[in-house]
Amino acid sequence: MSARGNGATRARALTASLLERANRWRDAEARARRLARGRSDDAGDATRMADDYRMLAHDLARARTLIPDTRTREYLEGAYARAHATLHHGAWHAGHALLSLFRDELPAVVRELRLYILWSTLIFALTVAAGYALIGRYPELIALFASPDLIASVEHGRLWTEGLLNIVPSAVLSVQILANNIVVSLFAYCAGFFFGLGTLYILGLNGLMLGAVFAFVGQHGLRAALLSFMVAHGCVELSVMCLSGAAGAAVGEALIRPGNVTRAESFRLAAARSGVLLAACAVLLVGAGLIEGFVSPDPRFPPWSRVTIGVLYWLLMAALLTGRLIPRRRAPD
Amino acid sequence: MSRAAPEVSVDSVTGIDVSLALAGPGARSYAFLIDWHVRLLLACAWYAAAALLYNGTLSVSAPTSPPGRWFALVLLPAAAIYFLYHWVLELAMRGRTPGKRAAGVRVVARDGAAPGAAALLIRNVFRLIDCLPLCYGVGLLAVMLTREHLRVGDLAAGTLLVYEHAATLPAGLSPGSALDATGAEIVQELLARWPGIEPEARARLARRVLERYAGAAGGVPAAPEGEAALRQALERLLRA
Repeated sequence: MSARGNGATRARALTASLLERANRWRDAEARARRLARGRSDDAGDATRMADDYRMLAHDLARARTLIPDTRTREYLEGAYARAHATLHHGAWHAGHALLSLFRDELPAVVRELRLYILWSTLIFALTVAAGYALIGRYPELIALFASPDLIASVEHGRLWTEGLLNIVPSAVLSVQILANNIVVSLFAYCAGFFFGLGTLYILGLNGLMLGAVFAFVGQHGLRAALLSFMVAHGCVELSVMCLSGAAGAAVGEALIRPGNVTRAESFRLAAARSGVLLAACAVLLVGAGLIEGFVSPDPRFPPWSRVTIGVLYWLLMAALLTGRLIPRRRAPD
Repeated sequence: MSRAAPEVSVDSVTGIDVSLALAGPGARSYAFLIDWHVRLLLACAWYAAAALLYNGTLSVSAPTSPPGRWFALVLLPAAAIYFLYHWVLELAMRGRTPGKRAAGVRVVARDGAAPGAAALLIRNVFRLIDCLPLCYGVGLLAVMLTREHLRVGDLAAGTLLVYEHAATLPAGLSPGSALDATGAEIVQELLARWPGIEPEARARLARRVLERYAGAAGGVPAAPEGEAALRQALERLLRA
């Protein structure tokens, strides 16, 4: 009985001494908040933060033992978590992060995913050929792939893109196109979550549609006109389609064959890795959208200038993806 | 009987784990509903204000063949507010949005720190999957089925949605107080909420607290008559 009484008295004394430190916890929490919000440029605050972190850890450990079911313990858990987050938040500079993304990470990811890129390009090419062959053999099936307006326009010997700028201004057209293309690319990537099947579906459907429309316009003698319309923006746009398909396929395979890590971890790693490729796709699609809005529908651009723009933009894309566009700074000898 | 939220422990160099309480489907849905209303209101407000200024009349309808300026000044910013709301605010508010703040939750990386821009972007891009087939069906199912209550975007980005711990610290115990920490917190809370509780209920609660703790305090009369006396007895107990 006496031993129990002594134990209780000791615990009470320890608790009281712990609670006497409340003002130091408040100061530490306020400091963590200031630093987290970037509202403190006092070097003293930053150095005191490390001491605060140790002090909070020590007091939290005591609180977990002495007063586990109290608000004081909860408060200390929150203050400790906040100090942890503040202390472990890495420095982030937008400019440096962007440079590193496009100069270092992107080429590395492209090298890593080159087999996926190859396969998704092959699948896309095969579905284009399949769509072309299908409509070549059964022209009436074009209604499965194209809208009634597009079919009517081509049957009257005119591409649906003619006079487009009389209806919609270039700027509006560009934004509509690039927004639509970015959403399709994002979908192709995210649909990899369905074990890659969603990505295959989007890649295949787009390929079939492209092949089918080419076969259909060819039957009405408009193939050269469509090629002339597409060449400036299409080289990069179609390449980006294959790249986002590759990103989605990588996510899908990570779920099907996780390897030595858990399926969730494998998915997370693949999503983060191929997400870098997707960021590049979005940037490239902005350029493609601007070309499609300002150059492709404008009859003042002759075919040779369209080919030049298309090829140059594609080479720019290839240089960006292979790391040749932004060279690394050489280390001094 | 209520169950505590599941927790994730994060290793720390101090040897004392950081404990993060995971938010479940309820807190997520609550935060999302608030955010959805906020972003919808903001986008509509921008559209209405910009359209009124653009038209110069009391009409918010689009011109019959809208020029590029209408698109750039009216439609595009409204769409940007709606679609970039989560990413921009989570980045600027270090894992929070107004809805998450109201629900008392925030997004953190698996090491307990605020997530980076890339992780937040991936988390929000995967809303495209989470919102399928409608009303965030896939996301809600994933949250209910995963041990850490994660939607697909969180799985992809390696993020967690956690509760923020209560930020108020109860007043300390005076050295030598007869109350233990739990008792002190109960008495403090009862006194703080005194005016808002029904007189009968607060008298009953005060008597129960005094019966339990007054004996240990010594010198505090157990369960006196009258509300004012009960309140004074509680205050004395806290100071004793």
